Amino acid sequence: MTSLADHPIDVAERQLFWRRFREHRLALFSGVLLVIIAMLALLAPLIESAMGIDATRVDLFNQYALPNATHWLGTDEAGRDVFLRLLYGGRISLLVGLVAAFAAAIIGTTIGLLAGYYGGRLDAMLMRTTDGVIALPILPLLIVLAAVDLNKVGVPTAIAESEIVSLYRMMFIIAIVGWTTVARLVRSATLSVRSREFVRAAEAMGARPWRIMARHILPNVVSPIIVATTLSIGSIILLESVLSFLGLGIQPPTPSWGNMLTNAQELITRAPQLAVYPGLMIFVTVIAFNFLGDGLQDALDPRASRR
Amino acid sequence: MLTFLARRLLGTVIVLAVMSFVIFLLIGLMPGDPIDIMIASNPDLTTADGERLKRLHGLDLPITERYWNWLTAALGGDLGYSRTFNRPVLDILLPRLGNTIILLGIASLTAIAIALPLGFAAAVNPHSLTDNGINMFCFAGISVPAFWLAILLILLFAVTLGVLPAGGMGPVGGGGGFFDRLEFLVLPVLTLTIASLAGYTRFARASMMEAMRQDYVRTAYAKGLSVRNVVVGHAMRNALLPLVTVVALDFGALFSGALITETMFGYLGMGKLMFDSILANDFNLALVGLLFATLLVLVGNFLADIAYAAIDPRISFKSLADQ
Repeated sequence: MTSLADHPIDVAERQLFWRRFREHRLALFSGVLLVIIAMLALLAPLIESAMGIDATRVDLFNQYALPNATHWLGTDEAGRDVFLRLLYGGRISLLVGLVAAFAAAIIGTTIGLLAGYYGGRLDAMLMRTTDGVIALPILPLLIVLAAVDLNKVGVPTAIAESEIVSLYRMMFIIAIVGWTTVARLVRSATLSVRSREFVRAAEAMGARPWRIMARHILPNVVSPIIVATTLSIGSIILLESVLSFLGLGIQPPTPSWGNMLTNAQELITRAPQLAVYPGLMIFVTVIAFNFLGDGLQDALDPRASRR
Repeated sequence: MLTFLARRLLGTVIVLAVMSFVIFLLIGLMPGDPIDIMIASNPDLTTADGERLKRLHGLDLPITERYWNWLTAALGGDLGYSRTFNRPVLDILLPRLGNTIILLGIASLTAIAIALPLGFAAAVNPHSLTDNGINMFCFAGISVPAFWLAILLILLFAVTLGVLPAGGMGPVGGGGGFFDRLEFLVLPVLTLTIASLAGYTRFARASMMEAMRQDYVRTAYAKGLSVRNVVVGHAMRNALLPLVTVVALDFGALFSGALITETMFGYLGMGKLMFDSILANDFNLALVGLLFATLLVLVGNFLADIAYAAIDPRISFKSLADQ
C-alpha cells in the first residue's frame, strides 16, 4: 500500500504548486522575511543574553539614547533597549496574529461548511449574520469588548487581573469578529463541491452529513481556507496594534508593536525615532503576510487570482 | 418594488433591534456602574443611598427588563443624559456627527476621485508597469496601520516642515475664518484618504477587469472602436455599478477609520466621542454613540441595495425581493 504522498497526481500537484509559488518573487521573499522575523522574535531571550543587556531594565539616566554600539536602535522613554523590546513585541504581535487567525479560520470554516452544505434557511441565516458582522463598525465594538469587565462575566478575579489575560482577551475578541472572509470563501467553495459525484456517492452510501463535510468536502476547500487565513493574519496584526496603541490591548510593561507607539505622539518632538521602528515592523510584517497570501492564492487557486 | 423595500426595511429594523440589545448588554458589562461612580465621587452618599438609588433607577432589575425600560424610553425620544457632559446625549452627539460627516465626506470623495482613474488605468493594461506599480501601492495602502500613518504625517508636516497644525479643530481661542479651519482638516483628511484609497482602487480594478471581459466589449472592439471609446463608452459605465455597493458597504470600516483619525488629531467628531465615552465610563453616551454608528451603517447598506437596483436596469426590485 502506498502512502498518500507517493500518489503520482499528488506529487505532480505539489510540484506545480511550488513552480507557481516560486514565480511570485515577492511572496517567496516575504515568506523568507517572515521566517527571519519569527526566528528573531523566538530567539529574543538568547539574543538578549548575548547582547548582555536586560530588555526590562529601566534606566532613567539613559533615556532617548540614539542608536549606538550597546543599544542598536537606541533606548525609549524609560531607558529600555528598543531593539530587544521590538523582538519581544514581535513575539506578542505574531502570537496574537497566528492564534487569532487560526481560531477565526476554525469558526469561519464551520460556518461556511454548514451554510454551503445545508443551504436553504440555515444558509440564509448564517450568511445574513456574516453580512451583518462585516458591515458593523468593528473598531468601536472591539473597544467595548476590550473594556468589558471580566469579573462581570464570571471570570475569577485572580485570572481577570493577571497580566497574561490581556493577551488571551485580544485573541478571543479578534477571533469572534475576524471569521467572515473565511466563512464566505468556504461557503462558495462548498457550494461548488457539494454536487460533485464523489459527494453524491458518499451520500448514496449513507454517510452522515458531518462525515461528508469532514472527509469529502473539507479536503477540497483547503486552498481558500489557507489563502484567507494568511491574508487575515495581516489584518489581525493591524487590529491588535491599534487596540494596543489605544491602550486597550496588550498592557505594558509587556511590549507589543502597538503599545510601543502609545507614547510616540507625545514624544514626537523629543524622540521622533521612537515613532518609526515599531510602526515599520507592523507595516513590514503585515505587507509580507499580504504578499504571501497573494502568492499562495496564485499557486493554489490560479483561477481565483487577479488575472 | 414596495415588497422589496418593505422586506429590506424589516430586515434592517430586526438587525438594529438585535444589535441594540447586544450593545446594551456589552455596555452593561463594562467596569463599574453609574451609581458606584456617583458614590465614589461623593463622600456624603452611603452604601444604603446607593442601594436606594439603584432601585430608583431600576438598576437592580434583570438585564432584559432594564433593556425593555431603556428601549421604551428611547423610542419615546428620551435617550438619557451624558454623565461626563451633564447634558442630553443628543445635544452632544449631533454636532459631533456633523463634524464626522464633513471629515468622512471629504475623505471618501477624494479617495474615490483618485481610486477610479488608478483602478481603471491598471485594469486597461493588466500586468503592465503601471498596473504593477499601482498594485504595489495598494499592498502598501492596506498594510499600513492608520495610526502610524497619522504619526508619520504629523512628524513630516507639523514637526519637520511646520506647515500644518498637528491636531485640533481651529485656531486657539476659537474664531478664524473658514480657511483657518480648513488647515486643520488637511492632515485628518489625508490620513483617511490614504487609508481607504487602496481598497477602492482594488475594487475599481477588479470591477473594470470584469467589465472588460464581457461580450459587448469584444463587440465594440470588433466594430472598430478605439480603445478609448470602448473603455469610456462601454466598459466604464458598467464597471461603476458594483462600486456603488462597495462604497456603501464600506461605511462600517469608515467609522473605524474615523475613530482612529479623530483620536489622533483631536478632531471633535463621533469617532473620538465614542472612544472617549467608553474610556470615561459614560455609559449612556457610549451606548447611543455605538447605536448611531450601527444605524448609519445599516442605512448605508439599505441605500446601497436601492441604488443598485435603481441604477442597473437589468436588476428589478422584483427579482431582488424574490431572492
